[in-house]
Amino acid sequence: MIIEYTRITQIQGDIISVVASGIQYSELAVVKSRMRTSLAQVIRLRGDEVFLQVFAGTRGVATGDQVRFLGHPMRVPFGDALLGRIFNGSGDPIDGGPELKALPRLDIGGPSVNPVMRVIPRGFIETRVPMIDVFNPLVESQKLPIFAAAGEPYNKLLARIGMRANADVVILGGIGLKYDEYLKFRRAFEEAGVLPRTIMFVHTASDPVVERLLVPDLALAVAEQFGVNGKRVLVLLTDMTAFADAMKEIAISMDQVPSNLGYPGSLYSDLASRYEKAVDFEGAGSITILAVTTMPGDDVTHPVPDNTGYITEGQFYLRKGVIEPFGSLSRLKQLVIGKVTRLDHGHIMNSMIRLFAKSREVEQKLAMGFDRTADDERYLRYGTLFYDRFMDMKVDMGLNEALDLGWYTLAECFHPDEVGIKQELIDKHWPRG
Amino acid sequence: MTSTMDSRIVAVNGPLVTVEIVKAQEVMMNEVAYVLWNRVPLKSEVIRIRGRLVDMQVFESTVGLKVGDRVDFAGSLLSATLGPGMLGQIYDGLQNPLSELDNDQGYFLRRGQYISSLNQEKRWEFTPSVKTGDTVKAGYYLGSVPEGIFKHHIIVPLALQGTWEVVDLIGQGSYTVTDRIATLKNHEGLEVPVTMAQPWPVKLPVKAYKERLLPNRQLLTQCRLIDIFFPLAEGGTACIPGPFGAGKTVLQQIVSRYAEADIVIIVACGERAGEVVETIRELPLLEDPQTGKSLMDRTVIICNTSSMPVAAREASIYTGVTLGEYYRQIGLKVLLLADSTSRWAQALRESSARMEEIPGEEAFPAYLESRLAALYERAGMVRLYNDSTGSLTLIGNVSPAGGNFEEPVTQNTLKVVGAFYGLSRSRSDQRRYPAIDPLISWSLYLKQMRGSLGERHPEWVSWVEEAQNLFIQGNEIHQMMLVVGEEGIGIEDLVTYLKAEMVDTVCLQQDSYDTVDRATDRDRQISDFTLLIRMVHYRFNFETKREARQRMTHLQNLFFQMKYCQFQGEAYQKYRIEIESILVKG
Ligand SMILES: Nc1ncnc2c1ncn2[C@@H]1O[C@H](COP(=O)(O)OP(=O)(O)OP(=O)(O)O)[C@@H](O)[C@H]1O
Ligand SMILES: [Mg+2]
Repeated sequence: MIIEYTRITQIQGDIISVVASGIQYSELAVVKSRMRTSLAQVIRLRGDEVFLQVFAGTRGVATGDQVRFLGHPMRVPFGDALLGRIFNGSGDPIDGGPELKALPRLDIGGPSVNPVMRVIPRGFIETRVPMIDVFNPLVESQKLPIFAAAGEPYNKLLARIGMRANADVVILGGIGLKYDEYLKFRRAFEEAGVLPRTIMFVHTASDPVVERLLVPDLALAVAEQFGVNGKRVLVLLTDMTAFADAMKEIAISMDQVPSNLGYPGSLYSDLASRYEKAVDFEGAGSITILAVTTMPGDDVTHPVPDNTGYITEGQFYLRKGVIEPFGSLSRLKQLVIGKVTRLDHGHIMNSMIRLFAKSREVEQKLAMGFDRTADDERYLRYGTLFYDRFMDMKVDMGLNEALDLGWYTLAECFHPDEVGIKQELIDKHWPRG
Repeated sequence: MTSTMDSRIVAVNGPLVTVEIVKAQEVMMNEVAYVLWNRVPLKSEVIRIRGRLVDMQVFESTVGLKVGDRVDFAGSLLSATLGPGMLGQIYDGLQNPLSELDNDQGYFLRRGQYISSLNQEKRWEFTPSVKTGDTVKAGYYLGSVPEGIFKHHIIVPLALQGTWEVVDLIGQGSYTVTDRIATLKNHEGLEVPVTMAQPWPVKLPVKAYKERLLPNRQLLTQCRLIDIFFPLAEGGTACIPGPFGAGKTVLQQIVSRYAEADIVIIVACGERAGEVVETIRELPLLEDPQTGKSLMDRTVIICNTSSMPVAAREASIYTGVTLGEYYRQIGLKVLLLADSTSRWAQALRESSARMEEIPGEEAFPAYLESRLAALYERAGMVRLYNDSTGSLTLIGNVSPAGGNFEEPVTQNTLKVVGAFYGLSRSRSDQRRYPAIDPLISWSLYLKQMRGSLGERHPEWVSWVEEAQNLFIQGNEIHQMMLVVGEEGIGIEDLVTYLKAEMVDTVCLQQDSYDTVDRATDRDRQISDFTLLIRMVHYRFNFETKREARQRMTHLQNLFFQMKYCQFQGEAYQKYRIEIESILVKG
């Protein structure tokens, strides 16, 4: 049953309210105004007052406009026909291809997976970026953000991983994406020949703000169904801070008491319900999520990166164009290190990082004008080698090659006593002569 | 259609639903009610009553609810069901067994499915321990059933008040948890049937014991940093605050496996599902060194992960604590690990905001402090009616916003706990795991347990304090070196600094992923720390700083290699002898 109303009693920010009855919490409506038609979602019921967030925004919405309730929550078409297609933030095709009316529809934002139906992930995803593969390997079904200040080449890194990763389906969710960036993704995927297994949901910077809210849910609902059908899906989201900001706007329009910098107290749960869609299904496929989170003011303690860090399974920091070894962390790495990868992997990883920390310390000390000791020289040398051989984004190297280079680099700079590695591994791997 | 005889929804705001009750209906605070969504009952709990308007938090998604939908009140408080059969279970926050939900629901958790917490068909071998005519009261034992390695005492219902006479008792035999095993009668002639399962309202503490005791016995975790420097007492409380990724969850996982407790209850509260999966999948495969059985046999997992409904998250910790108190009544040593109490506090904050209560600091409700205090107060060591003891130890992870310990949840927790294990970002960045910062952490139990720790060695506690001072000195010297360089400090100071570094590296740091290093038992702790303290006391004679560095590095490497060797094995002895020879001649 479709019910129509034509009396909007209140418009505040991107929220409208109408007097109506029999309306379901969270159901979808269509708001038709002179300028355009927009989807809207019920976000609160109070007596006969119904509050809706209007995805295209309320600019130009008039009190006499028509609100038509659809009786169901937001849905997205699903099927193999989605592959290679591009959609906007409300799920309509924007690539000029055919409509997908005949496909079955999925509710977005569905229930969570029963934890007992998940399995421990074991798949190592080699990216050929040594800062990832050696120090923080990416694991199938992981959810990892890329923390970066504005202006860092995060989309480039995202695209690079998207193209290399061995996934059956790649889904890109663009949230407030600059049009140029969208074109770059598209071109990169085309050139790498991965477009036919890619689906894009693109909300660009010029689209209405509230529409951003739908993108992660659309992308993840589709990913989830492919996952249930046995596919290994990689979801790329950029930029989740833009998503959180849209949530903030809605909360403020609803007069909610903010918990921190205007963000609602539910920010953690709101982000978690999206990221937790990452999963390795028992007896079916998996979903891996890589999501850019730009840090306002380059500050990790800002509520969006902070809450994200508490939700995801680690994070990559992109700073000055390289992945920072300190702070970057893949929490699932121990599931593959030394199990799927070589036995010496974990030891090399720990020892190299520890020594690199030391070399940074020496650098700081020298910057303060202290004399150089012979020891300092060695640490500095190690620091330089580490940067050139491992951190530089130009480096393109497989894991085993990188591990060998790690041993070699240690031996160039240090004595086996100094590296804190078990004797049996030293005996086996320490380069001689 | 809409009858005026029913309570009806009048507002929906996220998980908060406002209900108008029918006149003359009585409602209780924290009463359970079911909201009917297309005939599917969704469980909810009363959290505020104003006249005929009742606010309820719904433990499920409220998508699709309408104004006018019917609500049925259950007449009882939100309760856990206690009895044999909980060990090894994986429950959601409301105590539904998740592994049974998967049988009929597939990959996803559907709404409105409630399954009994205890297996109703399983038979238990009951042996009575009282006889008809005996006088009992809540908390007394009526008999027992064997459950795994435990003798699971069947407890007189904890909710009964006053004294009761056993008027009827079933004989030895095998029964299900729904079979009546006894009938009790009080002075007023009221008779109650008793089964092996009983409900208890999760938000109320169980107090059916003689007295609470001062925690003064160590609960060994096999984590050196905790056991040696900031020991935990049986029945004590501790918190582990730390920024994201500092190692709170890994630390709890390790403790859940190696702590010398009878029962471990893991409450995954608003954290990642993936972490629970690791526990669920790996625990059954691990052997409990104390019993030779699977570790899962002593564990109960309560799991409300971050994408599960927020209101049930608030309930999950209470469910866990209630189970813990129940096992304590049986006379067991229970350890409860909650990850993370901040998510629980956030759930409070969310519902408080929806009720438009006046917010306190960082929008947390003003009652955060008292709720936290009441929660930790439920831990403790008690003397039961039969004079045996039972304990519930509680360790809560805290996830402070921005990693800043000044925030309300951390601060209010610190007021009530007995030990503080503060994880620092700088230690975790340097991969000094577990990243408990020895400079900020503390345990009130170190002094409180001076007596029992003295059994390790008469000097034990003073050694520990000495080592703690060494960390402070070492850190001061390190800071100084950053300013004036190594040339700016004396050789004595350098040696002190190197000693502190050595204790840090070979004792504080413990590799969770190494089969030997991940757990250190009591004997090894005593033996290794005694040797290490000899190093601390030793007066080294070095000519130059260079020599100091070289020789100390060599010694540190010996300790380091030794900690990876099987205790008292051949390789271990070899390193130990070499270290001892150095500490003799310098
Ligand atoms: N004792 C340890 N030994 C080795 N690695 C560790 C240890 N503790 C933590 N780590 C590393 O740090 C990562 C993060 O640890 P953990 O998941 O326990 O953090 P957390 O404090 O619980 O973070 P959050 O608050 O986000 O849940 C682990 O995945 C692991 O890589
Ligand atoms: Mg954690």
